[in-house]
Amino acid sequence: MISQLVILWTDALVFLLMLVAILFGIYASRKMHLRRPWRQVVRSRVGMGTLVVLGFYLAIALLDSIHFRPVLEDSAGGNGTTQSAEVISLFDELVSGLRKRQEKTYSAPLAVQLYAKENIELPDGSVMRDYPRLRYGGAHLENPESEWSSDILKLSGFGILKGLLVSFITANILIMLLAVRKSRSYGDEARSILKGHSEIPWRVTFLVLACMLVLVFWSAELSSKYHLLGTDKVGEDVFYQALKSIRTGLLIGTLTTLVMLPAAILLGIMAGYFRGWVDDVIQYTYTTLNSIPGVLLIAAAILMLQIYMSNHADEFNSLVERADLRLLFLCVILGVTSWTGLCRLLRGEALKLREMDYVQAATAFGVSHLQIITRHILPNVLHIVLIAVVLDFSGLVLAEAVLSYVNIGVDPTMNSWGNMINSARLEMAREPIVWWSLAAAMIFMFTLVLSANLLSDVVRDAFDPRLRSNR
Amino acid sequence: MGISIRPIIDDKLWLLLLLSAALLSACGDSAWNDPYPGDDKHRNTIYSSFTERPKHLDPVRAYSANEYVFIAQIYEPLLQYHFLKRPYELVPLGAAEVPKARYYDDQGNRLPEDADNERIAVSQYEISIKPGMRYQPHPALAQDEAGGYLYHSLGEDVISVVNTLADFPRTGSREVTAADYVYQIKRLAHPPLHSPIAGIMGDSIEGFSQFGEASDLAYEQLKQSNGIGKDWLDLRLFDLKGVEVLDRYRFRVSLRGKYPQFVYWLAMPFFSPMPWEAEAFYSQPGLGERNISLNWYPLGSGSFMLEENNPNLRMVLAKNPNFHGERYPTTGEAGDQEAGLLDDAEKPLPFIEKASYSLEKESIPYWNKFLQGYYDTSGISSDSFDQAVQFSAQGELGLTEDMKEKGIQLQTAVTTSIFYLGFNMADPVVGGDSDRSRHLRRAISIAMDFEEYISIFNNGRGVAAQGPIPPGIFGNRSGNEGINPYVYDLKNGKPRRKGLEVAKQLMVQAGYSNGIDEATGKPLILYYDTTSSGPDGKARLNWMRKQFTKLGIQLVIRASDYNRFQEKMRKGTGQVFMWGWNADYPDPENFLFMLYGPNSKIDHGGENAANYENSEFDALFVKMKNMENGPERQRTIDEMVEILRRDAPWAWGFFPKAFSLYHDWYKNVKPNLMANNTLKYKRIDPVVRDQKRRDWNPPIVWPILLLFIALVASAIPAVRVFRQRERSAAR
Amino acid sequence: MTAYIIRRILYAIPILLGVNILTFVLFFVVNSPDDMARMNLGAKRVSPEAVENWKRERGYDLPLLYNQSATGTGQFTDTIFFQKSLKLFRFDFGSSDSGRDIGYDISQRMWPSLAIALPVLMVGLLLNITFALLIAFFRATYIDFWGVVLCVVMMSISGLFYIIGGQYLISKLMHLVPISGYDTGLGSIKFLILPVIVGVIGGIGAGTRWYRTLFLEEINKDYVRTARAKGLSETRVLFRHVLKNAMIPILTGVVVVLPLLFMGSLITESFFGIPGLGSYTIDAINRQDFAIVRAMVFLGSVLYILGLIMTDISYTIVDPRVRLS
Repeated sequence: MISQLVILWTDALVFLLMLVAILFGIYASRKMHLRRPWRQVVRSRVGMGTLVVLGFYLAIALLDSIHFRPVLEDSAGGNGTTQSAEVISLFDELVSGLRKRQEKTYSAPLAVQLYAKENIELPDGSVMRDYPRLRYGGAHLENPESEWSSDILKLSGFGILKGLLVSFITANILIMLLAVRKSRSYGDEARSILKGHSEIPWRVTFLVLACMLVLVFWSAELSSKYHLLGTDKVGEDVFYQALKSIRTGLLIGTLTTLVMLPAAILLGIMAGYFRGWVDDVIQYTYTTLNSIPGVLLIAAAILMLQIYMSNHADEFNSLVERADLRLLFLCVILGVTSWTGLCRLLRGEALKLREMDYVQAATAFGVSHLQIITRHILPNVLHIVLIAVVLDFSGLVLAEAVLSYVNIGVDPTMNSWGNMINSARLEMAREPIVWWSLAAAMIFMFTLVLSANLLSDVVRDAFDPRLRSNR
Repeated sequence: MGISIRPIIDDKLWLLLLLSAALLSACGDSAWNDPYPGDDKHRNTIYSSFTERPKHLDPVRAYSANEYVFIAQIYEPLLQYHFLKRPYELVPLGAAEVPKARYYDDQGNRLPEDADNERIAVSQYEISIKPGMRYQPHPALAQDEAGGYLYHSLGEDVISVVNTLADFPRTGSREVTAADYVYQIKRLAHPPLHSPIAGIMGDSIEGFSQFGEASDLAYEQLKQSNGIGKDWLDLRLFDLKGVEVLDRYRFRVSLRGKYPQFVYWLAMPFFSPMPWEAEAFYSQPGLGERNISLNWYPLGSGSFMLEENNPNLRMVLAKNPNFHGERYPTTGEAGDQEAGLLDDAEKPLPFIEKASYSLEKESIPYWNKFLQGYYDTSGISSDSFDQAVQFSAQGELGLTEDMKEKGIQLQTAVTTSIFYLGFNMADPVVGGDSDRSRHLRRAISIAMDFEEYISIFNNGRGVAAQGPIPPGIFGNRSGNEGINPYVYDLKNGKPRRKGLEVAKQLMVQAGYSNGIDEATGKPLILYYDTTSSGPDGKARLNWMRKQFTKLGIQLVIRASDYNRFQEKMRKGTGQVFMWGWNADYPDPENFLFMLYGPNSKIDHGGENAANYENSEFDALFVKMKNMENGPERQRTIDEMVEILRRDAPWAWGFFPKAFSLYHDWYKNVKPNLMANNTLKYKRIDPVVRDQKRRDWNPPIVWPILLLFIALVASAIPAVRVFRQRERSAAR
Repeated sequence: MTAYIIRRILYAIPILLGVNILTFVLFFVVNSPDDMARMNLGAKRVSPEAVENWKRERGYDLPLLYNQSATGTGQFTDTIFFQKSLKLFRFDFGSSDSGRDIGYDISQRMWPSLAIALPVLMVGLLLNITFALLIAFFRATYIDFWGVVLCVVMMSISGLFYIIGGQYLISKLMHLVPISGYDTGLGSIKFLILPVIVGVIGGIGAGTRWYRTLFLEEINKDYVRTARAKGLSETRVLFRHVLKNAMIPILTGVVVVLPLLFMGSLITESFFGIPGLGSYTIDAINRQDFAIVRAMVFLGSVLYILGLIMTDISYTIVDPRVRLS
């Protein structure tokens, strides 16, 4: 009866990335020069606030990265159960209501009727032209005109209440933990946090957390009975699509960097450290790659992937796997077009570092190159890597949308904000205008990018000593 | 004096604003958002668009709709379809009359019209053309006083400074002769020109392939001696057995066997006159590299000529001053008189002076410009449909109040094309002649709810197909007697798609109960090949998956580009696919041939993409092909359609309906799906158009002013802080 | 100086060769000449002979890298690589797969691209510097704080949104400018206004923030403190010293993108129907006209390298301490 777990390429990489991040965290906490800036990040209000928001995004993306084939209930009976060929994620399972409640076509946010009039056949055989009721959205209402607004209010109130309750409990648990850790009384700890005296801005953190939780519960409550952000052309819930797109956006933003990181670090340091012909070769490589317009390189690579897929069609027997490979490939090729910047920075830094006294001394003692690089150079360029990763993130999320417009982005069947915006182009020309797909994609994308941008500001200020002194 | 730079910046900004204001007002009294040059607005010009640069304007090569938009107006084939009459009727254009075939047996004896197909060895068409037709003015025909051609031996110094055809100051013209038509048929046969219909014509015109071999060989030799494309092979020197010039205005075409569909081909631009001078001129070395070729600058005798050819921006057709003259038809279908379609009867064509086609890639700007009055006609994309068209309480189609207020009119017609869901019959799962696969195909045919597809993606603009032949083509049975009994039931006198339980029952019979293969216990997975991309693609694919899920079948979508898709079709590695076909001519043969075994895609590279092969059907097809329309042909077609419905190599899909909207200043609109040369019948009222354009596009400036005021207001506190700072710093 | 420039140009040759080889491999692995032929011959009734013919006519029937049947140097020159890729070095782009002269098309479509890109750059520069100066002037006040927040917010909005929104608002609702299209000469101005506005607004967030950082960096330098200590007014300090010194990184940043302006903007041009090189490239990708794509890749690389050289030269001009050697 156990569902069969499916590990997609990107899933594996996401968890690898998580592992790397955790290891780096442990490593950083032991090193003074890396721990101090991080402390500065968590002590800034903006830093903590955005970290909470990003945490929610990350949680959804991780839930959405555990895939399996669900068990089919076999109605024919007898021969046990079979695995479905369809691959879904844990997140899909959690919100299966959203996934399965499909209408026929467009409906506005929270609507109870379709967006366009249709011919409805009445029981007596005559045909009437009116807005048909939705199959699911507000289907529990007997008389939508009079009950709708009170029902919405009731559900909203309910959701907000639940959210407040949960956030209150969470905050209390956290405060208790903090109090235990600092061996203070609960009252003291709570007071200092509420007054904003705590070292880490817990007050802001709790406020943002409460906002997010209220939002989560409010939307969950409403979307259990309605389509919170309407439905699209084939009646899929737009809210669900926007949530599913989170994984795509985050993956593009992070995996791309992960993929390019080893090459960029290795080559960058090598070029700066060894100089001479190694430097020449590496510089030649990245100048050449850099001088090709990125879009053209991506276009060619995506076309190549399509050919590979059509030649090996039998290796991908589910839609998810095909889309996944394309996503991974897109990440790789985006990485190829964007690693050169970091590589150049690292080369410059390595050039400087190799002239340092301690490196010179190590060389004189005959320490091997590998050791010098790993012991002395790598630790001292890590902050540059970190800043580059954080800075690139938001740009990559935005780039995905543009690439989808040119049809060289992620697979057209994959949920992504780019694909949503792309289809919204046609919807904007409808009259009355269908705005919710565009709006949903924009809001979700905007929140993510804004948080990432704000966080990257904080991180850069913390890690870049030059700028810090300026403040 | 700390603020020395600020005023400069401000000055510049003001200058910019003033400049743009001046430029806007310089557009005169036309609307601000008029996309055309100001002096154009009173002209008798039709405005339209093209989305993609036409690839070939050479009538030997052109075969797609976006090319015919231009060349059908420029070149005049022998025949044309009557503008108003339905069913479609061929009438003479370049020819003096519609030619009749004469049949001969293998001894050369004349046979009667109703002779047996087997006895007919040769059919001959004697075609006489209208005297006095003349070509458009063109430098290739420019002659000096002595009668020598001015531009047929250009020096390199001339060619190197030429960029467009307009760089040749002198033009000339001459009369169209029968030899020009023959010359063009020879061009069809000449392999280096890759005419898409060379294969078909080779099968029917006598000596066509032999001519191709000879001319190709000669061309190769010419190339060996002169280099690629450096010289011109005079096709007049080679004989094509089946095509002879009889005199200045007459020529004869001999076909192998009987081929009644041949006359339809004569109405396509493939059979237009082409003066040999054109090829002699364009083949001069260096011109091709400068984009000066028949593919870019046509030379025709039709009602229009290409005046401006800038595929990056716009193409302009202008009236051909040498046009031999044609008059608007005096008779039409019933109702045409009332619709005002005969108001212009007997008046000389064409009515308009110019037609300007702008490059417009996106549908949204096009639609908006149409609403603003800058395009005269528009199709309706699915997304603007609700804005334009509504159903009345009785369920009839009509325009919305908005549109009526603007005086916009609507025309609808079921197109002579089909979109179908094909099954690859060579595939072991969905294909083959077994009952198992047949049941599977039929189950899918029922589950594919094309009515819903039409209503979602085409806004009801289409008719679900009951078989391969669209309405309006001979052989289509309309009404209740034409329904497909394998997919539809008759309920309350209306065809109704069978319920899902029937489809599920068929799945059980096929051994896939609930989509689980009984033999292996695994779910049935099918592969759907598509080229669908773009904004709408995702929704379509999701819909597709939904249909198959109804039967428990998992549909895997393999999206690829059109190249890959075609390759898959050629290799037969596809399983389920959706494709379309647009009729070449109004004859059932042009649809049924897509299921004729010897046309299969895998083995013969033909158009039978489903690779369907059924000997009974094939035999009937050969018989039906050469029949004249009549009850006997209808009977044969009915039999064929029954075989197809039983085997279900296609889920029959739908016939799209074309809706077009046009403004009330645009006259003489009647959808004609066969004729491409309808521009000459169109008439417009430029004064009304200009007035309406201005009324519809009043510039709204107040938000800008508001924004400006808001900016100034928000600057006030900033100025205060500024003062403070200055003072504190000075201290 | 001249010697340096010549050396830099010589250094560019192996890079361009690398670009050429890379694109050649990519495009001929991706798209065999057979595919190209089918694409170009159209969908209806294509015979294998027609495909062979097409290939022969365009010179795609040659072997890729080495021609065994030829003699002498012909073994290397009668190949697709030599004929199609290396000839680009002479700026001989050949004709596109549909038969048009690419060089002529590029020379025609370059100007509309420039007509958008240049105003966007100039107006954008002007506005960004003005805003950045204002914010720097009001540093550490609420104007600075909200200014930066506004910049980050504007940066976080997808560029597509600016285009869609701008078209909807200004063209569709307010009837101020044509929705899309282009014209030659002065007539083009009314078509350019909207794309330029959209382009400028889309770039304000990132630009202003970046220039603000530059200015702040300068403001905290010792000489500025000295100037202020002399009793110069704040505006004078800003314009006389800060702006002047910050202009060095700003100008060199501009110089490096200057040549690439010719390439145009992919998205803006296709949304507004402007026949520039950006939409040319997009169309070529969609139509799989790889002759054009190859030409554009090569052109892009050349312009990029040109930008790098120009940057180096401009450094010496604005900052005499840097000497090229």
